[in-house]
Amino acid sequence: MPYTVSRPKLTFSEKAYFPAIFAGLGITLRHFINILSGKKKVTMQYPEEKWDQNLPAHYRGAPTLVRDEHGRERCVACQLCEFICPPRAITIHPGEIPIEDRWRKVEKFPQEFQIDMIRCIYCGLCEEVCPEQAIFLRKDYAITGLTRQEMVHDKKKLYELGGVMTGLVHKWNDKK
Amino acid sequence: MTQVLLFALISLIKTLGLIFLIILPMVSYTVYAERRVSAMIQDRLGPNRVGIPLTLFGLQKDIPFFGLVQPVADAVKLLLKEDFTPNHVNKFYYWLAPACAMAPSMMALAVIPFGSQLWGEPMVVANVNIGVLWVFAVSSLGVYGIVLAGWSSNSKYPFLGGIRSTSQMISYELSLALSVIPIFMICGTLNLSEIVRYQTVHGWLISPIWIKGISLFPLSINGQEIIHSFHILKIILWIPLFISFIVFTISMFAETNRLPFDLPEAETELVGGYHTEYSSMKFALFFLGEYAAMIVGSAVIVTLFFGAWHVPFLPTAIDDPYTFWGVILGLIHIAAFFVKVALLLLLFIWVRWTLPRFRYDQLMRLGWYFFIEIALVNVFIVAVILPFMRE
Repeated sequence: MPYTVSRPKLTFSEKAYFPAIFAGLGITLRHFINILSGKKKVTMQYPEEKWDQNLPAHYRGAPTLVRDEHGRERCVACQLCEFICPPRAITIHPGEIPIEDRWRKVEKFPQEFQIDMIRCIYCGLCEEVCPEQAIFLRKDYAITGLTRQEMVHDKKKLYELGGVMTGLVHKWNDKK
Repeated sequence: MTQVLLFALISLIKTLGLIFLIILPMVSYTVYAERRVSAMIQDRLGPNRVGIPLTLFGLQKDIPFFGLVQPVADAVKLLLKEDFTPNHVNKFYYWLAPACAMAPSMMALAVIPFGSQLWGEPMVVANVNIGVLWVFAVSSLGVYGIVLAGWSSNSKYPFLGGIRSTSQMISYELSLALSVIPIFMICGTLNLSEIVRYQTVHGWLISPIWIKGISLFPLSINGQEIIHSFHILKIILWIPLFISFIVFTISMFAETNRLPFDLPEAETELVGGYHTEYSSMKFALFFLGEYAAMIVGSAVIVTLFFGAWHVPFLPTAIDDPYTFWGVILGLIHIAAFFVKVALLLLLFIWVRWTLPRFRYDQLMRLGWYFFIEIALVNVFIVAVILPFMRE
């Protein structure tokens, strides 16, 4: 059903514009003075001021590989992360652990592990899918480089960024 | 003959000095001020980075300098941009329009007294008796730049912008000129220098009272006392003058295409308005022309209502212009004028970032139904008051 919306009856002061104009000028002046005097601070001047200390625990930055408390690399080159990665940023070349090695039970290790940071979308699926808890999204967000080659993180760089993560992973446990 | 040459030389020096030393830097820094003030009004910071680029010379850190070098960076950017001329435009008028937008504002400056005197020279390029008429005639030529740009671009949005500009000018020129007629009735002259001299003696036309002692000179012209400092008529006269100030200022907003009357370029409706098809330095000329027009408009308001270069409590006449103090006083007067202009420019910027744009019919209604009538009635009110002042 169509119905009529009654127009508001404007008072004289509303019709004369001026009270509203001066009220508006007052509001803008207040904002201007607050920002100018530094009483109100909204902008974070990025390169000088950073928010790094306040990043939440669940922040998803650059994906990295981690070692465990014994300095062992956790990745077993199962390639699940490579397969789940939506932009296909991960490339793994698996290698075989020799038969005389203490950890031959594990069978595989990554000979080369590359994450193309131009492709990476920081979705965190690799971390979620990893059965060995070997790949984690750290808090680094300013990943820059001058060439495309520089933007591909290799194994060395990934371990460098990742560091050590402690915690039980069953695969490495002899008793299990 | 040498006298003519000397006069021409001095005029040339004054013109070039005014335009290149004062007005053009002022235009650039008005743009900077606009960006900073608008940013702060919107709780942002604005351009605060561009400074002295020491990193270019191998040093570790730049000096930000509050971003004051931003206008230089802007100018370099605009000069280096591709100057693109579309195929479908009328080339001649397309190239003519930017110049038409910039030049009139510069020309209108010729009659503005921007200082008392320096080394005995009056600080006005052309001290002519038509004064204000010249300003109105020339500054309304500026609309040709917009109309030509709109028409020659051969594209619908610029065309609409041009049409809007024309009708806006017709609605506002009338009230612009009518609103200041009371001033000429009171001062009895169109010459801007004379109007300023009247204000140095009788007080700024915008102020309702004028305390004895602010002006160091007797309140009279030609030995005949016209208005006493505390005379009731000065306060009565202040009312129509204030109305005329309001009408004139608002009309100036419309004249210079500033918000809330920036209908010719209304980005939200007309893409870019009349300069949609322009790029690079041609666009920059429109842009600078708008700001130059703003400065000229403020200069006219300052001259007519705020006593131009006059500073209260300072001597108005320079007795010996060749001494050190004479020169200093002359420079103070010039500085005072441009400080007043800068304050008015801040008002322009402040208003722009507060008010929304008027609708087209609202603008017409305001111009034709209200301002012309108010200005006309104002003229009659002053005409009624004036005979009582000249007893």
